[in-house]
Amino acid sequence: MTPTGPRPYANPYVAGTALGLVLLGAFVFAGRGLGASGAFASVAAATAHAVAPASTASNTYFAGYLADGARPWTDWLVLELAGAMAGAWMSARLAGRTALVIERGAGVAASARLAMAAAGGGVMGAGAVFARGCTSGQALSGGAVLSPGSWLFIAGAFGAAYVTAPILRRVWR
Amino acid sequence: MTTFALPLVIGVAFGWTLERAGLGSARKLVGQFYLRDLTVFKVMFSALVTAMLGLFWLGRLGVIDLAAVYVPQTFVAPQSLGGVLFGVGFVVSGLCPGTSCVAAATGRLDGVATVAGMFAGVLLTGLALPSIWTFYESTPRGAVTLPDALRLPYGAVVFGVVLAALVGFQIAERLERRA
Repeated sequence: MTPTGPRPYANPYVAGTALGLVLLGAFVFAGRGLGASGAFASVAAATAHAVAPASTASNTYFAGYLADGARPWTDWLVLELAGAMAGAWMSARLAGRTALVIERGAGVAASARLAMAAAGGGVMGAGAVFARGCTSGQALSGGAVLSPGSWLFIAGAFGAAYVTAPILRRVWR
Repeated sequence: MTTFALPLVIGVAFGWTLERAGLGSARKLVGQFYLRDLTVFKVMFSALVTAMLGLFWLGRLGVIDLAAVYVPQTFVAPQSLGGVLFGVGFVVSGLCPGTSCVAAATGRLDGVATVAGMFAGVLLTGLALPSIWTFYESTPRGAVTLPDALRLPYGAVVFGVVLAALVGFQIAERLERRA
């Protein structure tokens, strides 16, 4: 038997068109687009509420996720993102691409890579709160319905990323 | 049924396509910002254009009512600042919220760290937000669209975005050949 490694990724235009059809399906059948950071906000609101119910109820931002009848632990986006993790795992598993690894550039140690991932995630989380969404909810979904705020988000995110990238060139070598 | 099954089914398809495209790999994603691998741009804009054209034609043919499709509210200043913070975090972590979940689900520990950091970031920002609420809700424009804001026909803006994407794909292919 010949050793088989991970299978190559799909053609980006084919995968992108498929992703667009998934997004279109969400618009048609659910009346809303895809999202990711909103699920984090919902779980954060639920967590804050579990720890400190009174002060969380008076927090205008989190209160929006905890309105009467809301189920922040199983919000639409939380379920969607849980499904996304299951779908990603199935896809990777079938293609031999699951692996317990730390992806990093040659210029950085594993521990530093994990610290940067966490820090970058934190900054992104703050950005997603102010932007009211992320690459999924704003760039993709808001972009497709031609929301001006979404296109401002795309311009800001790509612009800042290209300005920051040269500073981190050694990290991602 | 639809409250639980629909988001799960849509989510599975979402995660599946992101993983197939290679967007669960931080090294592949950052290639976008060093112009080595423009998969992020190609996947994102193929998807955006597909969904945008689908909505436009389904609306025009009367299959769906576009008024029932959610359009996010625009807040010029906080969303611009949010985009800038997001872009910096994207290059530092190498992943975005959705793709960090794909990375984590497929065993990438950098994905797990990004997910943990993002949760902390959203939680802390959320806790601090009431004290900067004026800024958070500043420069509101309502649930408008680009055709409204630019006073252009819907079809003209759709055509412009498709054209820009096609030009972008050509440039992306050239940049990758050069890299």
